[in-house]
Amino acid sequence: MVEALTTNGTREVNTICGFCGVGCGLTVRVEDGVIQKVTGQKDNPSSKGEACIKGREGWRHLYSKKRLTQPLIRKEGELVPASWDEALDLVAGRFSEIKEEYGPDAFGMFSSSRSTNELNYLAGKFARTVFGNSNIDSCNRA
Amino acid sequence: MATFGAGGATTSYEELENTDLIICWGSNTMECHPIIYNHMRRGIKNGAKMVVVDPRKIDQVKKAYKWLPVNVGTDIALANALANVIISEDLHNKEFIERATENFEAYKEKVAGYTPELAEKITGVPAEDIREVARMYATAEKAILNWTLGVTEHHNGADAVFALINLGLLTGHVGKYGSGLNPLRGQNNVQGGGDMGALPNRMVGGWQWDDPEARELFEEVWGVPLPEKVGKNQAEMMEAVEAGEIRCMYVIGENPAQSDADENKHERLFRSLDFLVVQDIFLTKTGRLADVVLPAAASWAETEGTVINSERRVQRVRRVVDPPGEARPDEWILQDIANRMGANWNYETAEDVWNEVRRLAPNFSGITYERLERYGGIQWPCLDGSFEEISDNTPKEQLAAGTKGAETGKGTTLTTDVVEKRDLGTKFLHVELWAEEVKKRAPFHPVDHAGPVEMPDDEYPFQLTTGRRLAFHNTGTMTQDYKKVKDPEELIEISPEDAEALGIENGDFVRVSSRRGTVPRVRARVTDRVRPGLVFMGYSFPDEVPTNVLTINAVDPQSGTAELKACAVRVEPAA
Repeated sequence: MVEALTTNGTREVNTICGFCGVGCGLTVRVEDGVIQKVTGQKDNPSSKGEACIKGREGWRHLYSKKRLTQPLIRKEGELVPASWDEALDLVAGRFSEIKEEYGPDAFGMFSSSRSTNELNYLAGKFARTVFGNSNIDSCNRA
Repeated sequence: MATFGAGGATTSYEELENTDLIICWGSNTMECHPIIYNHMRRGIKNGAKMVVVDPRKIDQVKKAYKWLPVNVGTDIALANALANVIISEDLHNKEFIERATENFEAYKEKVAGYTPELAEKITGVPAEDIREVARMYATAEKAILNWTLGVTEHHNGADAVFALINLGLLTGHVGKYGSGLNPLRGQNNVQGGGDMGALPNRMVGGWQWDDPEARELFEEVWGVPLPEKVGKNQAEMMEAVEAGEIRCMYVIGENPAQSDADENKHERLFRSLDFLVVQDIFLTKTGRLADVVLPAAASWAETEGTVINSERRVQRVRRVVDPPGEARPDEWILQDIANRMGANWNYETAEDVWNEVRRLAPNFSGITYERLERYGGIQWPCLDGSFEEISDNTPKEQLAAGTKGAETGKGTTLTTDVVEKRDLGTKFLHVELWAEEVKKRAPFHPVDHAGPVEMPDDEYPFQLTTGRRLAFHNTGTMTQDYKKVKDPEELIEISPEDAEALGIENGDFVRVSSRRGTVPRVRARVTDRVRPGLVFMGYSFPDEVPTNVLTINAVDPQSGTAELKACAVRVEPAA
């Protein structure tokens, strides 16, 4: 759905900070596919070029060794790596079984105040149309 | 905010620079929303006065004209006392109340009981200071009232928000440039989460779940019937887990086992599920309890899409870099699961999803990706994206605009001749309240004070309140990788008097316990930011210092939020 980005050369891309709700515009300098520096986006109408320490320095979490890089499935009590196909089949299969056995009200969903509007919209649609209930909320603090 | 029918800050940030009075209520704006605070700082430079309402002597108190050191969880009593003074001194905006509000008589009766002297006993704020701030707010030409979780993270947080909104209605400080009521959002997309209908009772665009018009529209666009009943909020879902009614959960980008009150209990509940799926960028504590963990892309730099900030501005996030390994954007994972469960979703881009949002939500219908590209962010509501929808103009023009806007019914967007091509959308909300004929009045919601559920006693003699510090964020998953930063660990703030009585010096380790759990070691910061009897902790280093094992899961039935801001604890030197 989204192709891999070109990884050569230097680029500057504008995006929005991922921390608090101020929503500061950030300009990200990328060299050979790796972030080098983040600054406030000068012409952002909300933040006008400003950004705090979280916005300017917090990007290093993207490169943390602790990032999840593959699906994990619990087998014999342990979370072990799995393929996307195996993980997605398991999720869809178990959700469907539980819906079948206990009805739609057996499902609950927490959507993310950190993710995009598009994700949050689809999460609401998922709960209401795929599972068939409205047990969905966004965390207020996580 | 049920008062107005749409939840969101009513002003733009820039209005903080063009106002006369800025009230920060339960908001450590300088540390928690630093760039909004910069707007406030410029406002002060331009002549505005700032009033800080906070139990702690936070740094921005230095810049404040007045600090009201309110006792934790007594905000309603203080707000009602401000109203008491405003009404008894005949400073309320009678014309506005008459024309644009309803239920004033009941409110007046309610606040009559909250004299400044009574409120002083409850809130700890001197009666004279209450009088002074009441007069300042009522007589200011323009005033903006801002609040955050210090107001809402209580067992009656929704009532406290009503108490603040009532003040705006009482004085007419809403719906005009430079005056307003602003909940400042804690996460990059709290605003969007609500606006997009990730809520049990509202759907995208603010539609009530049982609005017949909405149901018809949604069933047409989605092609399936909607659920027949309202859903459960977060706290109600956890109760349903405990009751064995909810058997499986899907948690995206949240860490509720660690961020919610009474952590030990939440862990037990998540463990009890038949099936738990967690999707995140890190393996959080909640993830470690899951049956399946799905690796997500970081929304702000590894995915395409939009988010909404605390001034209702829709802005584009972009895939700046690729996510690591096999991690994928949240919405594509969700689409794959939906389709494997029999749905037929065919979104190819984030823009496809957004365009469906635009069909369902009038507030966003005029905001296209193309326009976001061209103009930068756009503030909702934006009905058709025409330049006629701007409210950045004189009060007289606003009035005219409000009249016309009110005629359009649903959207409340304003219509007037324009001004500046860069700003599509709506700079501030509720101008229609100033129209000659107000179609939908804003009701007062009279509310009563009820203090924190758990107060200090002999066994647990301190009151613990919690919050965020400048460089750190929430459960810390995103802020533990700084190269160098000041105080990269959790601290407990304790007053010099209490520290001396306990034989604790600055930098010593202490043990903190409540009826629910114990934090065996946390470093003490001895400071007069907190008064005797009050201690403060953050919650951004939960693996080392699990602050939320202490907090109490006393939930507000209206908002689903727990009383994270107040519980009773014992503090002693660590072994």
